[in-house]
Amino acid sequence: MSDTETESDIDSLGPNVRQTAAELATGDRTDTLLQTDGLVKQFGGFTATDDVDFSVSEGELRCLIGPNGAGKSTLLNLITGTYEASDGSIYYNGHDITNLDPHERVSRGISMKFQVPSVYGDLSVRENVRLPVQQFADGEERRRLVAEAIEAAGLTGYEDVAAGQLSHGQQQQLEIGMAAALEPDLLLLDEPVAGLDVAEREAIAERIRRLNEEQGIAFVVIEHDTDFVASIAEEVTVLHNGEVFREGPIGEIESDSEVQRIYLGGES
Amino acid sequence: MSRNSANGGANRSLPSRLRSRFEGPNTIGESRGFWVGFAVAVAALVVYPVFGDGSQLSLFMVLALLGLSLSVVWGYSGVLSFGQVVFFGIGAYTFGVVSINFATPGGITAAVVAGIVVGGLSAAILGYFMFYGGVRDVYVTIITLVSTIVMHTFMAQTAGSEWAIGEAALGGFNGMPDIPLLTLGIEGASYQFIYNPFPMRVVGIGAFEISPFYYLVLLLLVGTYLALRALVNSDYGRVMVAVREDEDRTEMFGYNVTRVKFVVFTLGGALAGLSGVLYAARNVYIDPTVFSLLFATLPVIWVSIGGRKSLLGAVVATLAVEYLRISMAGELALVLLGTLLLVTILVLPSGFVPWLHEQIVETRLGPGEAGGADAPDAPSEVSD
Repeated sequence: MSDTETESDIDSLGPNVRQTAAELATGDRTDTLLQTDGLVKQFGGFTATDDVDFSVSEGELRCLIGPNGAGKSTLLNLITGTYEASDGSIYYNGHDITNLDPHERVSRGISMKFQVPSVYGDLSVRENVRLPVQQFADGEERRRLVAEAIEAAGLTGYEDVAAGQLSHGQQQQLEIGMAAALEPDLLLLDEPVAGLDVAEREAIAERIRRLNEEQGIAFVVIEHDTDFVASIAEEVTVLHNGEVFREGPIGEIESDSEVQRIYLGGES
Repeated sequence: MSRNSANGGANRSLPSRLRSRFEGPNTIGESRGFWVGFAVAVAALVVYPVFGDGSQLSLFMVLALLGLSLSVVWGYSGVLSFGQVVFFGIGAYTFGVVSINFATPGGITAAVVAGIVVGGLSAAILGYFMFYGGVRDVYVTIITLVSTIVMHTFMAQTAGSEWAIGEAALGGFNGMPDIPLLTLGIEGASYQFIYNPFPMRVVGIGAFEISPFYYLVLLLLVGTYLALRALVNSDYGRVMVAVREDEDRTEMFGYNVTRVKFVVFTLGGALAGLSGVLYAARNVYIDPTVFSLLFATLPVIWVSIGGRKSLLGAVVATLAVEYLRISMAGELALVLLGTLLLVTILVLPSGFVPWLHEQIVETRLGPGEAGGADAPDAPSEVSD
């Protein structure tokens, strides 16, 4: 990296990542992939996220938990650009992406699976997977990548089936496969196992672990089920009333009496 | 993986590979039988003027181009526009103004181009402010509907002599008469596509009448239909359909959804402009009724009845509905249109042509094997 580029990166960073910027300048680079700085989102008079500082490292697998209305989905939608931030900044790979459109953030390596499965029901499984792949691959390479993505999703044999005819679990697998087919650096999953049975949940967990370990994709996963969280993630962020309430290893979070009282059903 | 996909389709013949460009899950008809039927239908349209009223059918085919413009914008990209007649009318008036002022073969040819370009440009301007302004869903429909009302109101008050562009008086409700016959080419090398039939005699067939304009429109309609088939089955067409199905999801695949809608809306405007040019050229006259609410509603009715996700449906329904509408006088035609629309929405929500196609496929394969109009098959896999 040239001096000019380093200065540019430093200038683009917010106050909360000044240390990171300094490390960049001295060559002691940290592995911070995503960082939000005082992120606020208001819907009218309601504050969905309030001054959220949240970071994800390269290759990290982090879960986001909290009760309904805590601001989890809002935070992901702010990171993807689906929602426009009322205040604060978002940095990705050291660059301010706060004002970028969603598709521009995707091109930088962020991908997301929405809470409600949103595969294209009228299109076949192959057509669904082809959509993200066709942007960067053609011909034989495209066919290979599509076939690999379908196989990884466990949908071999279903290539010509309309996606809308798949089971809920298969649709979740397909959508994760479509998001992963973009070869992102950061994949955001909003409740990927909601409504799935035990076997399907384990299949999704295994998929996430493999993508993380084999392809180095960093994950932020919203999930309510702490068993599932414990099966995939070491680090957890707890949101409450739109604010970051706790952050730490899953073991500490699970044993935290305040978290138990407020977020995990202990509060009466 | 099928054998075809494994070898990339390299062993397929040239006609087969060419055909695959026009086939895919986004259009009806992927069999040899379909293309044989298509060729027979085109051949029937070619010989139709020998036996029927080609002049009237040429008008319906002009309107079918307008129907296709809405099919692409609404049926394939999910933007319900009542404004196609705005671009249709602007294209028609532009053709009239330019051709009246430059009534030479070169001038009239330029007027054709101007009508298409201005129609597309109008759509681009309206589309830019709507889509880049964040307007979505039903609000786009409302704005386009209002734009037809604005144009109707504006053009209706242009009766005064001050409302003239060069030699061309806009004429208010009286309209703009004396639009020259469609002539393409330049001085010394041009051809006039007259709309009224002239007599011919062919040995073995006898005497009959043909209209050069009819064949020009038929050529444009078939060409446009095939070009749009290739478009909607291309990578870009796949994105268009994805935008229709889920804008947010498609944006999260890295596609600039706003730009896709803008481009398709502009394309639809240009196509509507072409339709307007041909409409004005055929009638040698244009008036503000093309901006009326009834006329603005017609493309929505054609496309709904035919099947909004079917290009073929848009063409077939436009021809059929317009034939019925013109054949029935006055308000009875409106009652028929309303009834047809209601029946379609309640009984055949996907439209008549996709339903008919499903019946044919089920009859051929049996109910358990039919995949429906949108089911992909092996050739679609190797079309990349």
